[in-house]
Amino acid sequence: MHPILGQFRRLALYLLAWTPIAALLALLLHMPGALGWRDVIALAVPLSLIYAFVCLSAYYSCRATALETSGLVRLLLTHLTAALVATWIWLGVARLLEVELAATPMFAGLDQRVASATPLLFGTGILLYLLSVAFYYVLLALEASREAESRALRASILARDAELRALKAQVNPHFLFNSLNSISALTASDAPKAREMCILLGDFLRRTLGLGEKAVIPFEEEMSLIHAFLAVEKIRFGARLRMQEEIEAETLALDIPPLLLQPLVENAVAHGVANLVEGGAIRLEAHSRHGQLLIVVENSYDPDAPVRRRSGVGLANVRQRLDARYGNRAAFNVAAGGGIFRVSITVPAEKEARPA
Amino acid sequence: MSRDAAGKIRAVIVDDEELARQVLREYLSAHREVEIAAECANGFEAVKVVSETSPDLILLDIQMPKLDGFEVLELIGAGPAVVFVTAFDDYAIRAFEVHAVDYLLKPVSSERFEAAFARVKERLSGKSPAVKIPVAELAAAARPPAQYLDRIPVRDGARVFIIPVSKLDYVEAQDDYVALASEGKKHLKQQTIANLEAALDPARFLRIHRSYIVNLDRVAKVEPYGKESHVATLSGGVQLPVSRAGYARLRAFLDR
Repeated sequence: MHPILGQFRRLALYLLAWTPIAALLALLLHMPGALGWRDVIALAVPLSLIYAFVCLSAYYSCRATALETSGLVRLLLTHLTAALVATWIWLGVARLLEVELAATPMFAGLDQRVASATPLLFGTGILLYLLSVAFYYVLLALEASREAESRALRASILARDAELRALKAQVNPHFLFNSLNSISALTASDAPKAREMCILLGDFLRRTLGLGEKAVIPFEEEMSLIHAFLAVEKIRFGARLRMQEEIEAETLALDIPPLLLQPLVENAVAHGVANLVEGGAIRLEAHSRHGQLLIVVENSYDPDAPVRRRSGVGLANVRQRLDARYGNRAAFNVAAGGGIFRVSITVPAEKEARPA
Repeated sequence: MSRDAAGKIRAVIVDDEELARQVLREYLSAHREVEIAAECANGFEAVKVVSETSPDLILLDIQMPKLDGFEVLELIGAGPAVVFVTAFDDYAIRAFEVHAVDYLLKPVSSERFEAAFARVKERLSGKSPAVKIPVAELAAAARPPAQYLDRIPVRDGARVFIIPVSKLDYVEAQDDYVALASEGKKHLKQQTIANLEAALDPARFLRIHRSYIVNLDRVAKVEPYGKESHVATLSGGVQLPVSRAGYARLRAFLDR
């Protein structure tokens, strides 16, 4: 959409801005002395009006040749050619106008008298067109910065949104209820074990507190949160829950958004291991390669189990948070087959400077 | 199915978590009249055990491997008093729709358990008689709206089969039962064909006859048969009658 043509108010302002240009043009035409005031006004007003519209076209050539990405040669070539074409058209129109006016008794012989003014009109035409080019580049730059601002705003709103949802989801109430039920069972049969489970649950809950406020945490911190979570689930599920880890030591210091993996591990328990009579394994894997951190969460699952409602929510949440923070610098893949459910995440391997 | 000669209440505990079973065992042990007949860790086991031991009371978890609590109930039919025990409060309405005696939330307090147990005894003594409506009908009625079956559990004696609807070729009505044809076998289930029809996705299954529902993916061709009716040939070669109304429905579906 043309920024000026698109809105009536803007077009009116733009044409108003051309009034002094018309006055200037009249003055220039009058100066050599061959033309009277009446002649120059009859020429300058319609010519300015027409050229005001011709110059609107500069917007499209500016948009097509972006200042940042096009080379100097291309810029000059494009705009000078456009300026020549625009001026040539303008001069043609001027010629027609002169001939038409000369046909009336009031302006008889105008076309003869104006002949000497052609180089002046040519120079003015080129100059005005190039001024319009400069004007549109400024306009485009403003537009781009506003666009960038609103995109940044959108991203931060999304990130905040995801954070809130993550916070709400960080402690799945059913996980809590089931854990409390296990503790209640243990108080009668194995009091020390009940105490241990209380402590593990407390440890997990404490670790989740305040995490939502941070933009990123070291991967190590997320892993210890997951260990605390799995330690609780291990008491609930006993031998049915098995864990495997393959974590490269250098990945531990790298940054990831907090609570990114916890919902995935929670899903792995709730929708994977918990649905299997004999239980199953959860495998965590992390590598850093070529400036990328690759994390894999894998679990066994029962392909025949009915799909439960909440299973997709956690995945969508993680995907959105990756999107909001990393855009296309992160990858998120889900694959299921052969009784194995696998989520893999790739994020840039970044490390924020932190006090040791 | 009332109490046996010794006046014992025979109970079955069904939960996939050992510790969850342990609490219920502890609470039940306070009642001398209760005998724990069995404990099961998944739905399949539960169906088998219940059909073998015909208990008076089932304490039933909902989210379990293989079969969920509602599917278990659908298969064992009316008889034992059922108390659901779960961490999820969102199934409560469904639970009472299938005439569960009570619905306990984990962690379960002993007071709440005692209240449920009192209701169980009331039900067993016949003061509030068990409802005679077939449980399969109720379980089907209690399905969350706008959600069609993706699998059908079927029981043959103590064995349980799960038929994914994608493997269901057609359904044939047989009195109070339906015969589910899948992979060359027929499985009987106590349910009416109208009830099953309502539970199946209408975009995939069509009632082509008073006695038949067909999986539309399986229909190879439909030909006229006699004056009024048609016959559908399935990809496996089976031929099913198509009534006039059924043919109209089939046409409406194909024209879409």
